[in-house]
Amino acid sequence: MARIGVFVCHCGTNISATVDVKKVAEIAKGFPGVKFTTDYRYMCSEPGQDLIQKMVKEHNLTRIVVAACSPSLHEKTFRTCTQNAGLNPYFFEMANIREQCSWVHDDREEATLKAIDIVKLAAAKVGKNNPLQTTFIPVEKRVLIIGGGISGIQAAIDVAFNGFETVIVEREPSIGGRMAMFDKTFPTLDCAACILTPKMVEVNQSDLIKLYTYSEVEEVSGYVGNFKVKIRRKARLVDENKCNGCGTCWQRCPVRLPSEFDMNLGKRKAIYVPFPQAVPNVPVIDQEHCLYINKKKCGICKKVCPFEAIDYEQKDEVIEEKFGAIIVATGFTMFDHSIYGEYGYGKYKNVTTGLHFERMLNSSGPTGGKIVRPSDGKEAKKVVFIQCVGSRDEARGMPYCSRLCCMYTAKQALLLKEHNPEAEAYVFYIDIRAAGKNYEEFVERVQDEYGATYLRGRVSKIFQRNGRLMVRGCDTLSGTQIEIDADLVVLATALIARPDAIKLAQMLHIPYDQNRLFTEAHPKLAPVETVTTGVFLTGACQSPKDIPDTVATASAASVKACGLLSHEKLPIDPQIARVDVEICSGCLACQEVCPFGAIEKEEIVDRVTQQKRWVAKIAPSLCNGCGACNTACRPGAIDLDGFTEEQIFGQIESLTADKGDER
Amino acid sequence: MKCSIASDKFRRKFAEQIEEICGERISLCYQCGKCSAGCPVTYAMDYLPSQITRFAQLGLTDKAMKSSTIWICASCQTCSVRCPRGIDLAKIMDALRILAKRKGIVPKEQIAPLFDGIFLGSIEKYGRLNELSLITKLNMASGRPFKDVSLLPIMLKKGKIKLKPQKSNPGKEVRYLMRKVEKLESK
Repeated sequence: MARIGVFVCHCGTNISATVDVKKVAEIAKGFPGVKFTTDYRYMCSEPGQDLIQKMVKEHNLTRIVVAACSPSLHEKTFRTCTQNAGLNPYFFEMANIREQCSWVHDDREEATLKAIDIVKLAAAKVGKNNPLQTTFIPVEKRVLIIGGGISGIQAAIDVAFNGFETVIVEREPSIGGRMAMFDKTFPTLDCAACILTPKMVEVNQSDLIKLYTYSEVEEVSGYVGNFKVKIRRKARLVDENKCNGCGTCWQRCPVRLPSEFDMNLGKRKAIYVPFPQAVPNVPVIDQEHCLYINKKKCGICKKVCPFEAIDYEQKDEVIEEKFGAIIVATGFTMFDHSIYGEYGYGKYKNVTTGLHFERMLNSSGPTGGKIVRPSDGKEAKKVVFIQCVGSRDEARGMPYCSRLCCMYTAKQALLLKEHNPEAEAYVFYIDIRAAGKNYEEFVERVQDEYGATYLRGRVSKIFQRNGRLMVRGCDTLSGTQIEIDADLVVLATALIARPDAIKLAQMLHIPYDQNRLFTEAHPKLAPVETVTTGVFLTGACQSPKDIPDTVATASAASVKACGLLSHEKLPIDPQIARVDVEICSGCLACQEVCPFGAIEKEEIVDRVTQQKRWVAKIAPSLCNGCGACNTACRPGAIDLDGFTEEQIFGQIESLTADKGDER
Repeated sequence: MKCSIASDKFRRKFAEQIEEICGERISLCYQCGKCSAGCPVTYAMDYLPSQITRFAQLGLTDKAMKSSTIWICASCQTCSVRCPRGIDLAKIMDALRILAKRKGIVPKEQIAPLFDGIFLGSIEKYGRLNELSLITKLNMASGRPFKDVSLLPIMLKKGKIKLKPQKSNPGKEVRYLMRKVEKLESK
């Protein structure tokens, strides 16, 4: 027979103000199996824990109930305490009389009665607890990083620095991501390429980092420590091992196409590297537009390549590799402003986006650093910037703030003035959100020193009058409606999730929010983790982030991943589902309801009939102990360790039995 | 009212003009509104003090100079003391008054500009203020000849107002100063 000890916590006045803790402890003495009860001011404190351990020895207790806060806060604390007292850590139950009682009730008497019931339930359960042992699984010491922007690059460098092997899978032909497209970065105005390319080179030169560019993750299976990932390496039609990036092929290629990297403001060839500092510096053939692939004509690149690196016959290749942890660094894409009729449905050529403007500012960009009107290539002198395009607009289903548009707009206004001091910069804003180190000062400088005109209000309409682009807005501070004839309008379009974010989330079993942004395990205390152990988030795939924040989360995620890999074996929670194969009928209804893909079917030889039959098998490392299978199981073959039917029914019985005795 | 914002050039020139007069930079204002929040006389103003700064920033000079606000402003300097950007708004109001006067856009219904003129005239003439002449002239000019007349006997009795103008010896020097200021202003 179990000897139960009940410890009731005051939690300062959090509990004791509403619940008569002394009475709870007193009445708990009468519960079946309870041999000792007491109350204490802070059970989680060191003296509180010492008290438990002392009482276990003194009263020869074999089971512990702590009536205090939520298990999500201190279950671990008291499990360890129970273990330190020489008991199995699962011989402990927590009775939540704070979140589920004192905090939500006012009536002291009623709350005390409820607390007594909660303690009674815990005592009834703990008596039937089985000793559970933590099991271990091996760890594959490699990290997969999905996405090769600044986020993925930083994460790879950090993981490699810790001595673990890393693979970056990047969809585009080169790593670098969005940051490679930027001109300068706020608030310090470092040139983006100057601070990014050394990191790209470092990634390329590291022995521990493997780059799969022009590749995509196709399938993820397995679990923490043992992910199996299928990666599609798209056919480049150029042999990466032979090519040395001399550039003869793309110089001679006759096909000219709009360059995606230059936001279609410049041109590229059908065989191309997206930008001069590309890593790897190996071109890719655009199969859709290549003359040889489509019409069997041309073939110049193959003829001129001095290294015979061009291979028109190359096919996509799918490889499978194993990883211990996955870092998701897939970044963002830009909101498409063409849904705004009032901004011209994306039809006005001189209404562009921040990213277009960024390419124009860049001296190695399509305009050579000149700010021009895309319509006629003439210099733009009067530029209107509009913030919050697709941000903070609930009517368009975009409720959130994209967080960095205020800053990049300020930077672009400043750079415009630097490129051409005669140019005029107007910025329409709703609020200026410059909450970063030296950010506010930067925005002030742009207004005060550089003379950018900030107008508080959303632009209502952009239209054409006498061949001029007219911007109609308002300055609510002065209460005036304003019309500006602009050469160029730059929209600070929102940062949004990539269109295929949901597909990836489903592949990785990680949740996403209403904006398709990946959800962290806890917004404050686990900001780079996901609920799927071993999968971490960094950068803008989680929420809009600027470069400093992205780099910080990349380093954070890599520390978490390396922490996992630094273990030879990983412990897994033993409170998971268990199948009694004698009872299992093999219907596999459980497999359908399992949200973690933890149930497989297994062939066994029946003990009685000696015939082969199917039964359900649970992968311990994948099971999260949610209990969905438990309820779906028709013959009742599945039980959940830590929450067995015996325990649950024991609890119900304890409450439904005659209540008169202890009240 | 729809309005096209004045050009960068115009706005810069106007800001420079104000800076030249009073040494304050209007571009520093980030429109927090603390000046308007603390101003004791906003009830009588047509625009808030912060809005006047805003008009000046945007080069809406007419709106700023035609507003009653700049004349209602009592130069109590509550705004100047409390401004987080260290702007002396009372000085900017001064500057706007000066500019308005130069441009001749002084609203007729405003007494403050009348007062200023008569006040300075009295100083010029006597070297110090002659209260009785100031009150009489102001009452006549503003079309309210009997305003506060009932107070006259008490003030006379208490010696607050003298019937005979008191001249100050340095009257000459004051006039010299005023000529000099006029000369400087006309430059």
